[in-house]
Amino acid sequence: MGEYIVEMHGITKRFPGVLALNDVQFKLRPGTVHSLMGENGAGKSTLMKILAGVYVLDEGQITIEGVPTSITSPRDGLVHGISMIHQELAFIPELTAAENIFLNRELRNKVGLVSKKHMVEETQKVFDRWNININPASRMKDLSVAQAQMVEIAKAIAFGSKIIIMDEPTSAITEREVARLHDMIRQLRAAGTAIIYITHKMDEVFAISDEITVFRDGTWVATEPASKMDRNSLISLMVGRELTQLFPKSEAKIGEVILEVEHLNRGNHVKDVSFSVRRGEILGFAGLMGSGRTEVLETVFGIHAAESGTIKVNGKEVKIREPHQAIAAGLGLLTEDRKKTGIMGVLSVRDNMSVAALPKFTIGGFLRKRLIEKECEDQRQSLALKTPSLNQLIQNLSGGNQQKVLLSRWLLTDPDILIIDEPTRGIDVGAKSEIHRLMSELAKQGKAIIMVSSEMPEILGMSDRVVVMCDGRLVGEISRADATQENIMELATRFSEEIAVA
Amino acid sequence: MSNQPPTTTSLQVITKGIDWAAFVRKYMIIGILILFVIALAILTGGNSVQPVNLVNVIRQVSAIGIIGVGMTFVIITLGIDLSVGSILGLSAVVAASLVQIPTGSLVKFAGIDLPVIVGILAGLGVGALAGFVNGLLISRFRLAPFIATLGMMSIARGFAYIYTGDGRPFSNLKPEYNYLGQGYLFNDPNTPLSGIPLPVVLFIGVAIIATVLLGYTKFGRYVYAIGGNETAARVSGISIPKITLIIYTMSGLLAGLAGILWSARTGSGNSTLGQGIELDAITATIIGGTSFKGGIGSIWGTVVGALLIGVINNGLDLLGVSPFWQIVVKGGIIILAIIIDERKNAKKA
Repeated sequence: MGEYIVEMHGITKRFPGVLALNDVQFKLRPGTVHSLMGENGAGKSTLMKILAGVYVLDEGQITIEGVPTSITSPRDGLVHGISMIHQELAFIPELTAAENIFLNRELRNKVGLVSKKHMVEETQKVFDRWNININPASRMKDLSVAQAQMVEIAKAIAFGSKIIIMDEPTSAITEREVARLHDMIRQLRAAGTAIIYITHKMDEVFAISDEITVFRDGTWVATEPASKMDRNSLISLMVGRELTQLFPKSEAKIGEVILEVEHLNRGNHVKDVSFSVRRGEILGFAGLMGSGRTEVLETVFGIHAAESGTIKVNGKEVKIREPHQAIAAGLGLLTEDRKKTGIMGVLSVRDNMSVAALPKFTIGGFLRKRLIEKECEDQRQSLALKTPSLNQLIQNLSGGNQQKVLLSRWLLTDPDILIIDEPTRGIDVGAKSEIHRLMSELAKQGKAIIMVSSEMPEILGMSDRVVVMCDGRLVGEISRADATQENIMELATRFSEEIAVA
Repeated sequence: MSNQPPTTTSLQVITKGIDWAAFVRKYMIIGILILFVIALAILTGGNSVQPVNLVNVIRQVSAIGIIGVGMTFVIITLGIDLSVGSILGLSAVVAASLVQIPTGSLVKFAGIDLPVIVGILAGLGVGALAGFVNGLLISRFRLAPFIATLGMMSIARGFAYIYTGDGRPFSNLKPEYNYLGQGYLFNDPNTPLSGIPLPVVLFIGVAIIATVLLGYTKFGRYVYAIGGNETAARVSGISIPKITLIIYTMSGLLAGLAGILWSARTGSGNSTLGQGIELDAITATIIGGTSFKGGIGSIWGTVVGALLIGVINNGLDLLGVSPFWQIVVKGGIIILAIIIDERKNAKKA
């Protein structure tokens, strides 16, 4: 490993009201995988967006291959061989993989018209070279998230990127696809490409990294070879304190059945699903991406109308065809996709928090502003919400704090049954354990909690009982005592095996 | 529960005190209005700030303002209402036809003498009904607001023409009706043109009610929530169709009210009334700080926006600028306002 391909010194970046980066440094060696770790809001993504030209730095210096360089636009980043694969992939769904790769640099035939054939051929060459098994002529909208990601990576390397930044590339793909991605990263590294890898997943960090840099609250904390760190030392660097317990699950008294769902059906995603949950219980919904977990619970909540099936709350059948009916029946749903279906970005923390509980906070349609203020302030304190004020726009908060606001939104409605879809996706370790502790506490208060999670440790650590879904069906149920990673995975892939046999 | 991370304090320190940049952004429009008033006062040698002229300006913009108030609700929810001008015209002819002096010439309903209130309620009702249809098309038939209200723009105008038949306006209206557009509150009988014109009173009334609705009721919060993120609003238990229906009905109702005031002011119900006023109302709303990206907006902003339009129009009039040029200026203002909106409310990456 020679000298550095990228050196960033004294980087400072301010946003209105927030010092996002404070005198930060970062050095990257060619042909290595360098992971960035830190709680959400620590500054990792901001620093990388500066490197890729999405943001412009306020102070500091960037040196690329020894030459001081100014990067003021994504175009500058590309010119210097820097590509960023964003968490939310950016492609044109109606175009083919090949057309996306050659977007803005289309290959032309003799007459000067765009040649699709030529582009497909060239793309095939790149795919062959890197063992990517995707048809270059398939439309992006027909590809899975993992496949689309591969196309983005291929795009980066096809045009000679020497530095590829991956922002949480594994937050929406299956374990098998993660392994495939990591193979790809190792190939790239062997070919001399430098990879910057941002993630929250510990096991991945140690599986893939050569070096790790830790940030905390917008400052640089440490850069170490991955071999010199372990899980505990990394966590303590990130949070600046020892975490006592990652899954503070405390035993709650499990009471009577409160929600019963029977023979629920909706299209291909929900096939004859029945389950029940008791007061004080945390019910985990496990399964692979696309197995129908989210769809089942969104159907229960009335986001999609069920085709058939019954839902009983406290033994009484309820009709739920719209979310407001579910809320009236005592349910709450913290959705999976914070940005798309959770936050109202340009609204204040207060408005975001109180919106679902407003019927409780009004007299004759008029807002009881003082009561709202008090209830929101209580939530802010009890959840240790990091925000300068309740007037702050929620879009200015970090992911973990946004998630806390959304959790508060439902706590204020005081539901008997709280459904939480991916409670800690893409949020930092500190906020994660606070949310877990809170879930435990809610169960203790006699609420029933249904949790969908793609993170096995979370499922194992938090659930009293685990139900496993595969291809729209509920394929099994395992008690806390019996649940292991192996038997959950076995159930989660059961249907695919049957198909393979048939 | 109370282990607040230490960084909270540092965050608070940074934002303590007044955020002047935000303050200026928020209230810039008032500053601009004052600048225009002063500039025009100088250019016209003080004529533009005579009380009579100022009251006149406010009266001229009261229709734009009343419609702009409805438009504010619509645009906050990421909608648009292009049909308000046509609804204004339709309401105007319907109301006027019912309040004609029955003995005059060219009377729609000759010999039928109804109380004035019937005409007023019919005008308001027609406006509300057209708005309700807009709301249905958008919420039940899932039409884009632009398309639904574009259709209604044509339909309502067509009905206004059909209703007037030979195209001649309904005039000879009862004085009680005309009083709505021409009368004054707190009028001193000894001084003509003293007091506050009734359209202005109604404009202020509408603005106050709307401010309360938007800022102090559940309905208002729901309007902002839908504009902020419609899916999230639905998941939070908000009935999107219901709120949409109310908003567009209200927009139609206010257009109807504007139609009544306008026909009462001119003393006749003309089927071409209100053409192009949708653009003025949208302009007032946008320069008043309501964002085309949804979730942001205020009634006071729209009121100031309407006043700004009035001041500019009036100033150009007093300076003898051709009305054709005034149209060009108006177009420039709306583009400028949208550029400012884009800059101000650009979503963070």
